[in-house]
Amino acid sequence: MKYMLLINAGELDLQDTPVGCEPEDWMRFDKEITDAGVVVASESLADLVTATRVEVANDGKRTVTDGPFAETREVLGGFYVIDVPDLDVALDWAARCPGSRGGGSVVVRPIADF
Amino acid sequence: MEQVEAVFREERGRLLAALARRFGDLDLAEEVTSEAIEAALTRWPIDGVPPNPGGWLMTTARRKAVDRLRRDQVYAAKLAILQVEADRPTPQATGNELPDERLQLFFTCTHPALAAEDRGALTLRCLAGLTTPEVARAFLVPTATMAKRIVRAKKKIREARIPFRVPGPDELPERLPGVLQVIYSVFTEGYAASSGPYLQRLDLAEEAIRLARILHRLLPEAREVTGLLALMLLIHARRDARTGPDGEIVLLEDQDRSRWDHEMIAEGRDLVVTALTGGPPGPYGVQAAINAVHDEAAEFESTDWPQIVQLYDVLLDLDPSPVIALNRAAAIALRDGPEAGLELLDELAAEPRLQDYHPFALARADLLQRLGRLPEAITAYEQALALAGSEPERNLVRRRLGGI
Repeated sequence: MKYMLLINAGELDLQDTPVGCEPEDWMRFDKEITDAGVVVASESLADLVTATRVEVANDGKRTVTDGPFAETREVLGGFYVIDVPDLDVALDWAARCPGSRGGGSVVVRPIADF
Repeated sequence: MEQVEAVFREERGRLLAALARRFGDLDLAEEVTSEAIEAALTRWPIDGVPPNPGGWLMTTARRKAVDRLRRDQVYAAKLAILQVEADRPTPQATGNELPDERLQLFFTCTHPALAAEDRGALTLRCLAGLTTPEVARAFLVPTATMAKRIVRAKKKIREARIPFRVPGPDELPERLPGVLQVIYSVFTEGYAASSGPYLQRLDLAEEAIRLARILHRLLPEAREVTGLLALMLLIHARRDARTGPDGEIVLLEDQDRSRWDHEMIAEGRDLVVTALTGGPPGPYGVQAAINAVHDEAAEFESTDWPQIVQLYDVLLDLDPSPVIALNRAAAIALRDGPEAGLELLDELAAEPRLQDYHPFALARADLLQRLGRLPEAITAYEQALALAGSEPERNLVRRRLGGI
């Protein structure tokens, strides 16, 4: 069963990185989850200031805007798609992900099966 | 007929648990469990009760499940995938006994990934064997609303694949409190309601005790399970004395203690001893002990307040919540006098969680009245009156106000 782990960064405070979210924590986690052989896909996203939003209205008119810049406090920073037996295993990987620490969170969503 | 069905209620939970695990699908398990029980209700009066009733029901239910899967190949294909992946070693049956797989179902129904309001409903439905209309009545929502909630929860179990499994020893300390909390919230729901106008309401307190008994049999070593069962028994033992003839609330100090259920108290006290032996105490065990001390006192005046205060100290250490601090202050008022209690309450007055909590206003009013500070007491009673949720609670405050 495939699940997507959506990694939301906490409020960005560049002065001090929260405990457990150092670059080496991410590298260790990535190695662990890759070595476990469960990763289907994973990416991390570039900084939010590079994001661009596209909307197409009913009349076909395209609107392109810079952003979105969040009033939302959580920002999608990356994802893993993993293939594991059940939700408990997926939640366990989510809890081990550094993104779930320091005010961030990981949302676990099953991939739809058509 | 209803009586016969009641006999099957516990059997239903066992069957459901085993079938849910076998087929990995709660809907199918529910459907064939009901069919097997219906078949038993038809056959047994004619053929006699089979030598191994549990085995008979299981075999019948399995056969019906296989029939259903033969008829619906698409469904079968979907479940087959689930099943291969979920295949884990099954505990062996001993003798004629079916392996009891209800513990797995407890952890599934109370899974933290389900909405908090759905967990109790699902647990009552799957493990206490209540029908959806009964569960709806229990939570005072329309049947259609409850049916939707149960469908939603089952859909999440199926589609997010919440497993039917018992957490390992390393996960248990994290997961068990969630199970206990669901059972206790079912209990408190019933407890608060027994003073309400809903006399037709299903007795949730008794259902919660039944669930805790099952869990206690499944996990006899888990001391907090023992503590929770003890706590509920020691509170429920006072049920008949808690309300007067017109449904009005009778406070602990005014209760006719001869109307307490002394057999239930004795059972609860034995369980408290077990719950508090052999390791550090847990919050349910300590709360049970507090209630045991209350239940042991022949009259309110002879309650062992020093011991109750000590137990509240332990409890506050385990769970430093303002509500517990409030109860501790009330116990101190009874040990050392109203002045000492009021001092502590005033220290708690800024707690955000106590702002809208009517027992806080009521406790203050009571102590102010005892100290003869009547104008302040009246103000506090009026506050309590505005905050109280149910009619019997408001009536209690009105009676107090009238007594000044």
